Amino acid sequence: MSVAEKGVEQGEVGTRHTGSTATRPRAVSTRLLRSELGLIMGRRRNQMGMLVLAALPVVLAVAVKLTAPNREGHDAGDFLVQATANGLFVPLAALTLEMTLFLPMAIAMLSGDAIAGEANLGTLRYLLTVPVNRTRLLAVKYASLVIGALIGVTIVTVVGAVVGIALFGAGPMLTLSGVQIGVWSAVGRVALVALYCAAGIAALGAVGLFVSTLTEQPMAATVTVMIVTIVSWILLGVNQLAFLHPWLIVDHWMSFSDLFREPPLWSNLLQGLGQDLAYAVVFWLAAWARFTSKDITS
Amino acid sequence: MSPADLAVATSGLTKRFGTRAAVDGIDLAVPTGAVYGFLGPNGSGKTTTIRMLLGLIEPTAGSRTLLGQPMPAGAGETLPRVGSLVEGPAFHPYLSGRANLARLDAADRYADPWSARSRIDAALERVGLLAAAGKKYRAYSLGMRQRLAIGASLLMPRDLLVLDEPTNGLDPQGTREVRSLVGSLAADGATVLVSSHLLTEVEQVCTHLGVMSDGHLVAQGTVAEIRSGAVATIRLQTGELDAAATVLTGLGVTNVQRVGLEVHGLPGDLEPERIVAALVGAGVGVRGFVVDAPSLEDLFVTMTGEGFDVSG
Repeated sequence: MSVAEKGVEQGEVGTRHTGSTATRPRAVSTRLLRSELGLIMGRRRNQMGMLVLAALPVVLAVAVKLTAPNREGHDAGDFLVQATANGLFVPLAALTLEMTLFLPMAIAMLSGDAIAGEANLGTLRYLLTVPVNRTRLLAVKYASLVIGALIGVTIVTVVGAVVGIALFGAGPMLTLSGVQIGVWSAVGRVALVALYCAAGIAALGAVGLFVSTLTEQPMAATVTVMIVTIVSWILLGVNQLAFLHPWLIVDHWMSFSDLFREPPLWSNLLQGLGQDLAYAVVFWLAAWARFTSKDITS
Repeated sequence: MSPADLAVATSGLTKRFGTRAAVDGIDLAVPTGAVYGFLGPNGSGKTTTIRMLLGLIEPTAGSRTLLGQPMPAGAGETLPRVGSLVEGPAFHPYLSGRANLARLDAADRYADPWSARSRIDAALERVGLLAAAGKKYRAYSLGMRQRLAIGASLLMPRDLLVLDEPTNGLDPQGTREVRSLVGSLAADGATVLVSSHLLTEVEQVCTHLGVMSDGHLVAQGTVAEIRSGAVATIRLQTGELDAAATVLTGLGVTNVQRVGLEVHGLPGDLEPERIVAALVGAGVGVRGFVVDAPSLEDLFVTMTGEGFDVSG
């Protein structure tokens, strides 16, 4: 840029002479979303969180490798036992474990930051006076949570797959139905599992976004989302409360194992996706109703 | 003055929190091109008013227009032309000053992404922060934070600047810089609404004043209009107190009273020259004659009440 050009641009800064016409806003801009993702990914705490997410599949795979001959039963189910035969089972075992606590905690922290965090810092009032329309802000915030969910699940899946294949190799996979499927088909199904898990975490993100509009304390929002998750898992474990189970967000989160039947059992998966969608829509709308009518006094 | 000439206008603007009225039926009128000093002690309702103007909170009653557009309906079109500083600076602590401005710029759909870098640097330059632009916000002093917040309001060309206590936390030098910045913004044609609880900090640059006290707008107008509300007193030193009092009363001076060796009174519209001439004409020896006009500061204190008591 020449000195002259720079001078002209700097001259514009500060005030607009009365009577000049405002330029039209860009109808679609991804700048705010990109800024949002930069904020999430750049935060040291979140980087540590991603390391924790990535560490678990590594620990799992190494532990299985070291105790390879021992095929005793394990909490992460059949997947971990089968990992010795096919490394692609490592990401599945890792997702089974991380969907219970670590991934929900990751999205709980991100959703706490989303609105409550900005309110707590006071940056919310400056975003709104830029102005960012409140509905647009909620849409961008939720989009960033969905992307955050995808990133978290992808980290677990990819690290699990890489470590699993490195330690145990990959090959045709023996499904739960006892039929073998090709290695690329198996990879495709692992990818589908990741998307399915991301949908569940993203639905929980909508719950978190709503809670985040209720408070100015990000930690309060995070803890609330964790309580919702843990209580849901506990209720899901009580058979006497079966009537309640279809209403729980975690109801079908573990149904992804149905993808490893031949042919896949779709009914539970579709029901699970329906529940995720319902949670996402209801809680996003609740967040919208709350946020668009709220006095911003922070 | 018609509403079209007003950059900010409110009518019966009221905000209640519970039963307490933080702002009680105020009619602000900020003419286009004015530098409007919005004064009042802490807790008198200035920030609540500003939050309502910017659409952050909804009034309990009343209406407000910004640059001729009703709020909050016109927010999408109006607010891009308004730079604001509301209740102190607020930024992401682990981002640098420059990254914080970049984030706000990214949120603005009117802002051109290609000129972002040069506009951000120009804004930082204007508030004297360019050298510290790469430092994390958490390492900034209060004064630097305040400057960054002012810089953020200058990212885009503005028709109106709403600056809530812009001199908070600044040293005398910084305060002077902010004053001259406000002056230069006004010279460029922007309307500036600047709030403060300290009259002295804004008095010199303001063309208009509005004074808040306990949720009410107790005075508003040009600085000259506000000043004219000041009631002057005369103090006469003389050896003939009784005769002097009679002459003064005869001239129409009110509230004439003897105070020690002086006679005090309220001259109203009477010119001091005429009073002295009449006294001398009546044979009253004038040893000293003083017209006391209270300073703006005294007026301000009279209107808002003295001391450290925060209205609550």
